[in-house]
Amino acid sequence: MQIVIASGKGGTGKTTVASNLAFVLSQKQSITLCDCDVEEPNQEIFFPCDFKVQRVHVEVPLILEEQCVHCGSCGEFCRFGALTVLKDRVLFFPQLCHSCDGCFRVCPTDALKKQQIDVGELLLCNPSDTLSLIIGRLKEGDTRTTAVIRAVRDMIHTVPLVILDSPPGTACPFIETVDAVDLCVLVTESTPFGLHDLSVAVDVLSLLCIRSVVVINRSDGNDKIIEEYCSKHQLPILMRIPFDFKLLCAQNKGLLISQEDSDWFERFSLLGDQILTYSTGAL
Amino acid sequence: MIQVAVVSGKGGTGKTVLTASCGCLLPGEKVLIDADVDAANLALLLDPHSLSTEAFRGMDVAVINPDICTGCGKCAQACVFDAVIRVGDVCTIVPYRCEGCVTCTLVCPEGAIHMKSRITGMIHYGTTRAGPLIYGSLIPGSGNSGLLVHRLRQEAGKRHPDSPLTIIDGPPGIGCPLISTITGIQIAVIVTEPSKSAQHDLLRLITLCRSFKIRMFLVVNRFDISSQITDELMVTAEEMNISVIGKIPYDPEVVAATRKGIPVIETKGKASEAMHKVITRLTEEIKMF
Repeated sequence: MQIVIASGKGGTGKTTVASNLAFVLSQKQSITLCDCDVEEPNQEIFFPCDFKVQRVHVEVPLILEEQCVHCGSCGEFCRFGALTVLKDRVLFFPQLCHSCDGCFRVCPTDALKKQQIDVGELLLCNPSDTLSLIIGRLKEGDTRTTAVIRAVRDMIHTVPLVILDSPPGTACPFIETVDAVDLCVLVTESTPFGLHDLSVAVDVLSLLCIRSVVVINRSDGNDKIIEEYCSKHQLPILMRIPFDFKLLCAQNKGLLISQEDSDWFERFSLLGDQILTYSTGAL
Repeated sequence: MIQVAVVSGKGGTGKTVLTASCGCLLPGEKVLIDADVDAANLALLLDPHSLSTEAFRGMDVAVINPDICTGCGKCAQACVFDAVIRVGDVCTIVPYRCEGCVTCTLVCPEGAIHMKSRITGMIHYGTTRAGPLIYGSLIPGSGNSGLLVHRLRQEAGKRHPDSPLTIIDGPPGIGCPLISTITGIQIAVIVTEPSKSAQHDLLRLITLCRSFKIRMFLVVNRFDISSQITDELMVTAEEMNISVIGKIPYDPEVVAATRKGIPVIETKGKASEAMHKVITRLTEEIKMF
């Protein structure tokens, strides 16, 4: 069972919901929490521990000049502009390479060899006996966000329950994270920005046939715009997190409110129960 | 011509609210670009009068002709993006996974695959009280946001080649769309807030901006939420030799103004007041640049 916490808009509280949910659920069962916001991962702040670091790499071409006849086939083939063939040499721009493997297939003289380059790393640890954490971290300056997200998801083995903290946005990194999950929890806020970005995320999730539920964060009771949208699109609102100074302070300091405060433990436990009911299709 | 991007690393720190206010207050002629194409919100605050919308074509997508496909599965084996699935006895492409690399067309023994151009987003152009605004939107299920950002910036240059100032509302993160946003700009205004998460994200963003040799200015939003972390941010800024051009207090008026769809500087309150000061300071910095 894989449940993703997403939002479209940044800063709505994905990480707050994902970390607290993972904490309360891990009191009852074994779970894995994955931080797929690999450009700006933050789960390590909420679950500090000794991480095992594993490199994430992709395969790109290395040009063997002595075998290359500068025929231009690879440069002509590459749709991403990563290879430019000059009269006497080949220029390779690794940041543009998508590792599609095509250039190796078109080279008539076997002048391309595979080389591995680092695009980021995985941080692995077990904050408790029942909780394991997989964090992806993109190397600064690299653009291959999806390769790191794929590496995070490839690390998930046969765990009964997985929570994925999604990156913001609705393009490639979001799609890589939500593809084929069982349920998506969309965290939003009652502003025109929140509504707009929620609707964009819902459009993508519908296309991918992924069931979604909604959590309204920083609610001041004035949630009409989100309620109307959810009712029109048959999206259940599972929780309203009020604007609460205590929660904000805990979050800012990198603490888990459900660990600090029994009231919040109860609230997130209730959310966890509801999410599990929805994700198993019982509702 | 000076290009300024408002960026943050972490999402939701107040980039769009600050960008809209900069658009309204910075003097002189300017062009605005919303480069957060995944979740473009600047238009919601500046309410543009739409002048044109055109289709944006990203990478081509592979299409398999089911009448020719024999279902041999060679394309599925070759596709590193897992974009090919078998339905019955033919193969078919999952468009949202296809990156348009063309490798499948190489390996198909029947010649059953061809590439098709696809519209992956839209480019919108309009006028606002702050100046012309160019923003993008993605068709649901499309990627290529970095490419679209590149196109938006090209479009801005084409339509307003003599504009002395371009203000870009940046995307969160430090990946492809962000790199596309900051390539070739001169100034980055980084909006952060006093939280451990924002602090962590800020350091990664600074490393990246530094490698692009971009002049950075820092704005601490909602600084009074945690004076301790704000102090830490000030120390970091000093150590890294980055000027802090202002601190904006938490003010419920910001959400109220956003709900009304107006930039906060057009309302009264302590956040609005602080933001006026930030922009006055930024005006001076741009002048001196």
